[in-house]
Amino acid sequence: MNIGVVVFPGSNCDHDCRYVFRDVLGQDVTMVWHKERSVSGLDAIVLPGGFSYGDYLRTGAIARFSPVMEAVREYAEEGGLVLGICNGFQILLEAGLLPGAMLRNDSLHFICRDVYVKVENAATPFTGACESGQVLQIPIAHADGHYYADPVTVASLKANAQIVFRYCMPDGRVTKEANPNGSLDNIAGICNAAGNVLGMMPHPERCAESILSNDDGRIILASMVEGLKKRRRAEEWGEISEVQGNKAVIPSRAEDGLKIRGGRGKV
Amino acid sequence: MPPITDDLIAQHHLTRDEYQRIVTILGRDPNLTELGMFSVMWSEHCSYKSSRVHLNKLPTSGPRVVQGPGENAGAVDIGDGLCAVFKMESHNHPSFIEPYQGAATGVGGILRDIFTMGARPIALLDSLRFGELNVSQNRRLMKGVVAGIAGYGNCMGVPTVGGETVFNEIYSLNPLVNVLCLGIAEKDKIFRGAAAGIGNPVIYFGSKTGRDGIHGATMASDSFDDESERKRPTVQVGDPFQEKLLLEACLELMAADLLVGIQDMGAAGLTSSSCEMASRAGTGIELDVALVPRREPGMTPYEVMLSESQERMLMVAKAGKEDECIAICRKWDLDVAVIGWVTGDGVLRVKDQGTIVAEIPAKALADEGPRYDRPYSPPAYQDLLTNLNYDVIPDVKDANAALLSLLESPTIASKRWIYEQYDHMVRTNTVVRPGSDAAVVRIKGTPKAVAMTIDCNSRYCLLNPYEGARLAVAEAARNLVCSGAEPIGLTDCLNFGNPERPDIMWQFVMAVEGLADACEFLKIPVVSGNVSFYNETNGLSIYPTPMVGMVGLIDRVERAMTQWFKEEGDDIILLGATRDDLGGSEYLKIMHSREQGSPPFLNMEAEKALHDCVLTLVRGGLVQSAHDCSDGGLAVALAESCLSAPGRQLGAAVQLTRGRLRKDAVLFGESQSRVVLSAKPAHREAVLERAKSFAVPAAVIGTVGGDRLVVSLGDERSAANVIDAPLSTLHDRWARSLERVLNET
Repeated sequence: MNIGVVVFPGSNCDHDCRYVFRDVLGQDVTMVWHKERSVSGLDAIVLPGGFSYGDYLRTGAIARFSPVMEAVREYAEEGGLVLGICNGFQILLEAGLLPGAMLRNDSLHFICRDVYVKVENAATPFTGACESGQVLQIPIAHADGHYYADPVTVASLKANAQIVFRYCMPDGRVTKEANPNGSLDNIAGICNAAGNVLGMMPHPERCAESILSNDDGRIILASMVEGLKKRRRAEEWGEISEVQGNKAVIPSRAEDGLKIRGGRGKV
Repeated sequence: MPPITDDLIAQHHLTRDEYQRIVTILGRDPNLTELGMFSVMWSEHCSYKSSRVHLNKLPTSGPRVVQGPGENAGAVDIGDGLCAVFKMESHNHPSFIEPYQGAATGVGGILRDIFTMGARPIALLDSLRFGELNVSQNRRLMKGVVAGIAGYGNCMGVPTVGGETVFNEIYSLNPLVNVLCLGIAEKDKIFRGAAAGIGNPVIYFGSKTGRDGIHGATMASDSFDDESERKRPTVQVGDPFQEKLLLEACLELMAADLLVGIQDMGAAGLTSSSCEMASRAGTGIELDVALVPRREPGMTPYEVMLSESQERMLMVAKAGKEDECIAICRKWDLDVAVIGWVTGDGVLRVKDQGTIVAEIPAKALADEGPRYDRPYSPPAYQDLLTNLNYDVIPDVKDANAALLSLLESPTIASKRWIYEQYDHMVRTNTVVRPGSDAAVVRIKGTPKAVAMTIDCNSRYCLLNPYEGARLAVAEAARNLVCSGAEPIGLTDCLNFGNPERPDIMWQFVMAVEGLADACEFLKIPVVSGNVSFYNETNGLSIYPTPMVGMVGLIDRVERAMTQWFKEEGDDIILLGATRDDLGGSEYLKIMHSREQGSPPFLNMEAEKALHDCVLTLVRGGLVQSAHDCSDGGLAVALAESCLSAPGRQLGAAVQLTRGRLRKDAVLFGESQSRVVLSAKPAHREAVLERAKSFAVPAAVIGTVGGDRLVVSLGDERSAANVIDAPLSTLHDRWARSLERVLNET
């Protein structure tokens, strides 16, 4: 697969994303400069973490105006997979590709540490290899990770199963204590209604190899890759190529023998 | 231009003799711009005028040394065609005046030193000293400094992986902020700051020049008093986003093979970068300040040449490559301008719209400043500090309570409150995170990793600066071998008081000689460093604090070792001998309010044998954990081995014998050359045998397991539990102490 990693001025997890997709998962990676206006030919797009434009004004607020974001929007509307990690999530919120907004962490400090998240929706292209309710240990590193949305939006996120990850205790209980930043409803990651755009504050690319003390993040990135491969196979067989309305049909659950290492087991 | 008066000379912190020297060099009186340029370049901060004669004693060569002191940073060969480029620098004075920006720009400055050499920075460490946290001003300073380091380092995407923080009243009015940065470069693609090639263009790029930080270097070469708050305008303001762009642009420029030389504009800004680059190449530079991108109108040549605005660089490009350089800078949205060219006459010639405003021989400005061999003699109070009659200090009655007090003292307590504010994982190389003896960062594309640590016990240095400096080197090396790394290079940051005082100068000279002797013995070259004098306020000096940053190499990253116990049933083995070493201990300070006595005894041969032994054991896969015994002694080292595990914590049952030693010396004395190991019982004999072969004392002192730390102390006839506490209690005291005290308002 050819994964595009967008480089904004101030991106600083772009190299990490390239490394994990290219060197750990064996995929092709294309670095996409933020001034480019086309993202054609890519199988998925990653908006990496960092401090795009220094996070001046508000996290992601300037990056959303980068020329590449118009192409990313079109790409997403056509059903392409878009993963925003940390600052990438913040940019997706500012760009309106995902609903809601980010506030400062409750502590008002930057927080870098391992947290636990519970997979609330294992039927997305990003969680296809996970079990529903699975607990993953993944680091966070942000100052603005307190997710917020109005009650109507939150209700619709819940109704459509768009809440993909929630902060939890190691045993999977979703508690106040497990919430590192005050995020509404312990939300750590959400997807759009079609399921092809995911934003998450934790950094799966930082825990995809056992030498980094934990490889739970690998299951998310590998789910993406395996899902894309499966989609390509399906397309080649002509089984699925149409787009129904605004909703891309993407085989998401890994069924045929796909087992990916990592994860903390079921709850 | 105003006439040069005695007042003006004094305001520039130049002595009458130094002024005369300037007149001799120029063959005339300087104008104001020239006076300003001399004053910053000849400041203590830039010229090392009081320290240079002693720094020459440090060993700086070795088979791995690619670049020793004198460049922007040092470089050491790590094989695979790569080298580790590193340096440590202080930003003490600005951080006291304005903690957030002072610390932030300290990070910015050292990062530039590293990427200027062509290395991508991969790790930052910070060594901090503050006053006691029961004083609100000290809490404010600490919060500001930590936030400043986080704000800059996190935005740059360079992980802050380690360091140390120590609290002592003496730093209340003069905190220390020392930052170490390490980068990786290809060995044959190291860039140096030399303006070679007559006619080559001199290009300015980065941020615009403003009026901030004028005379920052001079401020950093002065003591403080109650008026120091007013010096806030001399502190620069950092913009990490600009620096991130600068970093990427520099590495792109270097990869494109366009440059002859490059240097960042740190202290003394455009003046230092231009004259130092010319001096190194034996050339001159002619530049026009009117071409320098500016933040505000009406700046004088004096202001432009002395501004310490951050995030600026000067490069000398290959002739004809200007346009390519400019295109890369523009891609990264940086200001860029060709401001002059390299000349052959050795003169730094500054023009303003074509009119000459300063003309100084570059070498004289950069390298021929005054050198002082200042008088030094031990202070009269030195004997009072070291003579301590232990008979008046009762032995410990409640060791359990003493251990708890030590664990929650901020110097020993977990620094999680600090390092969780730093992104310590970005770049996905951090194999051992903060909270072990040394940080370990892998080198992608190789099987290797580097380990890094900063150490200095300034109380030891106060009591005996020579021994204190040797102890700092020994401890740093011990921390590295405990992590499985072979020490390969050292950078220092020498923080002292006013060198014009003979007692302070004595501390400095003794410390440098201690460093030199220890490095010589352990064959660790000093490849870079920094001196910070005038760390005193209202006449009160800090303790002598020669910070030692050390870098080690791990051949196979998977063999990196950590300090915490791993498995129930493992043997706990103590390497090294325990002596009566209570002098200068954290225990005496916390429990008896004494900072007295002689620092612990250090036998370098025994220390070296211990290093070789530990490295062999770790590399041989014979141990599960290794932890250096330092502040708080054996009891604290055991507690940390139990408590610092990121996952499940394991207790320990330990039996110690005291022989003829005091109880408190056995438990809390800080005898050197000791390491607490844990090993599978199946490896017990092999470990003991190896230790014997290195002539390192070794004893099985207990077993890992349970949820308590239990230590008994006795002789052959009887033993009693002197420490017995649940891990939950110990952990609460140790892990939450900092946040508890910092949450007080």
